[in-house]
Amino acid sequence: MQEYDVIIIGGGVSGSACARELSRYQTRVCVLEKQEDVCCGTSKANSGIVHAGFDAAPGSLMAKLNVRGNEKMEQLSKELDFPFQKNGSLVICRDREDMPKLEKLYEQGIANGVKELRILTKEEVLALEPNVTDDVYAALYAPTGGIVCPFSLNIALAENACANGVEFRFDTEVSGIERQEEGFVLHTAKGDFSAKYVVNAAGVYADHFHNMVSESKLHITARRGDYCLLDKSAGAHVAKTIFALPGKFGKGILVSPTVHGNLILGPTAIDIVDKEGTNTTREGLDQVLEKAGMNVKNLPMRQVITSFAGLRAHEDGHEFVIGEVKDAPGFIDCAGIESPGLTSCPAIGEMVAGILREKMGLVEKEDFHATRKGILDPKTLSMEERNALIRENPAYGNIICRCEMITEGEIVDAIRRPLGAKSLDGIKRRTRAGMGRCQAGFCSPRTMEILSRELGIGMEAVTKSGGGSQIIKGINKDALPEDETGERA
Amino acid sequence: MMKEYDIVVIGGGPAGLAAAIAAKESGTDSVLILERDKELGGILNQCIHNGFGLHTFKEELTGPEYADRFIRKAMELQIEYRLSTMVMDISPQKKVTAMNREEGLFEIQAKAVILAMGCRERPRGALNIPGYRPAGIYSAGTAQRLVNMEGFLPGREVVILGSGDIGLIMARRMTLEGAKVKVVAELMPYSGGLKRNIVQCLDDYGIPLKLSHTVVDIKGKERVEGVTLAQVDEKSRPIPGTEEFYACDTLLLSVGLIPENELSGGMGVEMNPVTSGPRVNESLETSLEGVFACGNVLHVHDLVDFVSQEAAAAGKNASAYVKGLIAGQKKETDDGSDEISIIAAQGVRYTVPCSIRPAHMEDALTVRFRVGNVYKNCYTSVYFGEERVLHRKRPVMAPGEMESVVLTKKLLEQYAQAKTITFKIEDEQ
Repeated sequence: MQEYDVIIIGGGVSGSACARELSRYQTRVCVLEKQEDVCCGTSKANSGIVHAGFDAAPGSLMAKLNVRGNEKMEQLSKELDFPFQKNGSLVICRDREDMPKLEKLYEQGIANGVKELRILTKEEVLALEPNVTDDVYAALYAPTGGIVCPFSLNIALAENACANGVEFRFDTEVSGIERQEEGFVLHTAKGDFSAKYVVNAAGVYADHFHNMVSESKLHITARRGDYCLLDKSAGAHVAKTIFALPGKFGKGILVSPTVHGNLILGPTAIDIVDKEGTNTTREGLDQVLEKAGMNVKNLPMRQVITSFAGLRAHEDGHEFVIGEVKDAPGFIDCAGIESPGLTSCPAIGEMVAGILREKMGLVEKEDFHATRKGILDPKTLSMEERNALIRENPAYGNIICRCEMITEGEIVDAIRRPLGAKSLDGIKRRTRAGMGRCQAGFCSPRTMEILSRELGIGMEAVTKSGGGSQIIKGINKDALPEDETGERA
Repeated sequence: MMKEYDIVVIGGGPAGLAAAIAAKESGTDSVLILERDKELGGILNQCIHNGFGLHTFKEELTGPEYADRFIRKAMELQIEYRLSTMVMDISPQKKVTAMNREEGLFEIQAKAVILAMGCRERPRGALNIPGYRPAGIYSAGTAQRLVNMEGFLPGREVVILGSGDIGLIMARRMTLEGAKVKVVAELMPYSGGLKRNIVQCLDDYGIPLKLSHTVVDIKGKERVEGVTLAQVDEKSRPIPGTEEFYACDTLLLSVGLIPENELSGGMGVEMNPVTSGPRVNESLETSLEGVFACGNVLHVHDLVDFVSQEAAAAGKNASAYVKGLIAGQKKETDDGSDEISIIAAQGVRYTVPCSIRPAHMEDALTVRFRVGNVYKNCYTSVYFGEERVLHRKRPVMAPGEMESVVLTKKLLEQYAQAKTITFKIEDEQ
């Protein structure tokens, strides 16, 4: 039995934010993650938008945490060294008849405490964003809207939590939860874990765990969102995040630059049964391409470099469910975290840690480190600084990923740091190696070599994303019959 | 002190090698090749099948053997090169910024630059193929590297999408290494590869080629478990009801090559949207004076022999350009007055070059082009102004096979009044 004060189920952005906030206090915390890495579910496949906070109904928890999360994001990005940009957002209204809806969003925003909101005329919109459709009638402008790298945010939170003493167990899926007189026992294939308190940050599976301990059932639907990502050559097509006004075409598709200078289009909203159903579909992708073009003109669709789908954890009441479960004392839900969950995560972590501080009487650590350094990006250095770095460590002079110009030095850092990368996807999310226009065609064999060397594993054991995702199946001719000399045909 | 060279060649593959050799042989001594890989030869090093060099050497060589001939020549000529060196940037003033482990980030001032960076493969995302994103989906060239250079088998049961040459070659290669290649699917109603590769790599091994088919779904969460193929209509849309599931652990993609012109774009070189390569004149000079392009970075070739020929011309021209600079010669056509445009029309997708300055051309100039469809018993016609001057019958032309026409200086002098030259594909008349 492995004993902790608090166990967090899930190493996504919510679980990692909770872990980081709890790591401020003198308490033993462990995160159980079923995948090989943090940021493997909903947190890895979303729009990467830091919402201003005008979407959620005034008075809702969603509204409160969205606005609070938005306010905290900039400071957090400095503390934890992840890319964040306050690029502003526009909600496009194409039809005069829809103006009441736009005005309602504005009023909601004001009620929610969103600052600097303005409604812009067609001329103002087009002056700000020349590639917005000429059919635009007006737009809601939110200068506080932003964009963030969802991977870096999640990883930064987890790394900082880890540096402050939180333990992370990967490939450790919780198969059952038993209530004890005091606290809970969590069963996993890697043994049993016990804790007085459990934080349920299991994303689309949060209902599954909640329902193990409570009679008051929760229901979460996996709502799939398909996306297309365009090359950096298209990244400047718009500067702000362009949302559609929910209207007769349903909830629209956003068009936004990413913090790394790509252009992202999406998501769809398709409710599915399979909670692992992250497959894109033809209809979904067609919808993205078609609807993205409604609010932004001349989209360079030939520049699509990849498409993907993510699942939102949609709770039936479309509200964040955060708090102690009434009939299961010590079990803290952090459920229904769909959009604006990424934006809200700094506030979610704060809220969950606050609940536990109260209940557990937690005392702050004296040696809490609030800051974390990300993987050094040599592109941010001057030529002199870069050369000094290469002299010290020649791996920084060796480009592995040609498209994103990522060096061996960065990849080795990604592997060696605490909670380091163990797979190609882990490296991709930490360094962007393989995320560029050739989509890892050139660099994957070389990244595999580095992983093999650094982890001390054979090339055949290197995976794309842990589990059974090995890249190679064997060695040449190993399946061919041997002839009498022992040679293979 | 910034290093200076007369000619810096970006890329040490077949194009870069041939260009550097020709430049040196034309009398320019100060030539430097910058190569990002750990050896010269480029993609040829992983192309261990034979069939290279039939035009150049009149014998069948493997890729590494073909490369070796040029590497030896470059060594004999004592051409300077840097390996494992990435060019990070080239300024319009031809200042090349490069990086490697030993020298760090450094700058080189060139008088002329030859772009020879080659091309990359189109990834899955460019096709927007729906489905999961498990391990087991590789571009054919990545698989080729794993199999031929590292000795690893990326999969055991394979479906290949795209009948480009690398896909066809890999169908045979994977079969020989013990994998089962179940089918090659091609979106178009014709193959994008060379006829000889279809015969030697598919037919000889009983691998079916399904034309007008594409992948409509990929199954498998961790590793590919299978793909669904469907037939497509004339607009390349899948036809419902034609879906067929193939269990497999690997999907190889051979769906096109894209010239790697990020550096060229950064310099401000004018591009041709059809080839995704620079627009060049008869000297293979881009819109930036003294910047030349050749090989797959200019337009994707089928045969390396033609890459070598083209690159040799670029090298020679770059050398002439540098000598002109040294001699203080003014370019004759700086006013652009006698530049003739070559127009690709009616079945011709593009031509390389896009323009000719007759004063600069040699006695004969090879104009290479591709057609947009399969044509049988048609004619390649060349018009000078309104007048049809060449009309040559071709039994078969296909998008997968590059065509060429030689224009002589004599012909251009004969039609000196023509402002444009137009390439067309025509029927009998």
